[in-house]
Amino acid sequence: MTKLGQWMSTLLALMLIWLCLVQDLLNLGYSQKVHDVLVPLPVYLLVTAGSYSLATLGLRLASFNDCEEAAQELFLQIQEAQADLASKGLKL
Amino acid sequence: MASHSDISGSAGSQRRGVKNPAAQATGTDKYSVLLPTYNERENLPLIVWLLVKSFEESGNNYEIIVIDDGSPDGTQEVAQQLEKIYGPDKILLRPRAKKLGLGTAYIHGMQHATGNFIIIMDADLSHHPKFIPEFIRKQKEGNFDIVSGTRYKGNGGVYGWDLKRKIIRAANFLTQILLRPGVSDLTGSFRLYRKEVLQKLMEKCVSKGYVFQMEMIVRARQLNFTIGEVPISFVDRVYGESKLGGNEIVSFLKGLLTLFATT
Repeated sequence: MTKLGQWMSTLLALMLIWLCLVQDLLNLGYSQKVHDVLVPLPVYLLVTAGSYSLATLGLRLASFNDCEEAAQELFLQIQEAQADLASKGLKL
Repeated sequence: MASHSDISGSAGSQRRGVKNPAAQATGTDKYSVLLPTYNERENLPLIVWLLVKSFEESGNNYEIIVIDDGSPDGTQEVAQQLEKIYGPDKILLRPRAKKLGLGTAYIHGMQHATGNFIIIMDADLSHHPKFIPEFIRKQKEGNFDIVSGTRYKGNGGVYGWDLKRKIIRAANFLTQILLRPGVSDLTGSFRLYRKEVLQKLMEKCVSKGYVFQMEMIVRARQLNFTIGEVPISFVDRVYGESKLGGNEIVSFLKGLLTLFATT
């Protein structure tokens, strides 16, 4: 199954479960308070997922490694390379 | 989410991938570096020098295949000088008449490669050859089919991005969510492949541009090839101009969604 397929089928399954519970198709007969939580649950989950994503992204951006030393090392090696190549006869 | 990539050294799972028993013995491994170039007149001698230095220091057997797509800036002339300096058994020139794209450059290069491992990398000095011995060591350690350089794990990182890094980081995040690829850096193009693995993947990949780097990993996972990761530092463009623009972002998103819907 494609990734899209996996997402669709998972979302569909979750939607069906949610609908079953909200419409009380299984006749579980729960209280109004439980019902009040169930109805907006998908929106709550969406908001939570969105916040979590933003937080993860922010964290990853903040901890992104900045390779100063690598750039400096490269710069020095470029000079070394140019000198060595020139001595070997390279003409640019 | 469960990660299938190996970064700490634990052995990869058993898989029905392709093995190359002859190459397991030390001393018979040869590494072919594919360098597709377009207008890299200034960078080419430098990258070749760094490659030669790295391989001579590590003692691994190698060859460098320069695939130039008819660069108008004289890249081929410089390549010929390098061939004279280092020898035609180490520097192989396999140019093409015009700009034909990365995927076909790899196919073309592989046809001339005598190594049993292929290393692909950028020729613009953003990928440093000093990591190649680490790729090789990692590959042997876990008997991996593929070793991929990652900028996002361990002490991998990037120098020289500002706004770009934010975009790229968000893009990487998106690929992780949508494709769950099992590697931390899906758009990276600094990789070591077993030759037969790369050949198999090239047959299956249909994307163009660098989306195909993403597709390679996705297909590799589908075919149960094992992938190891090595943190690398990525130094953005020392000479030359950068290539990230609105167009690139759009084509990246299109490619990502295509992979999402078809794999």
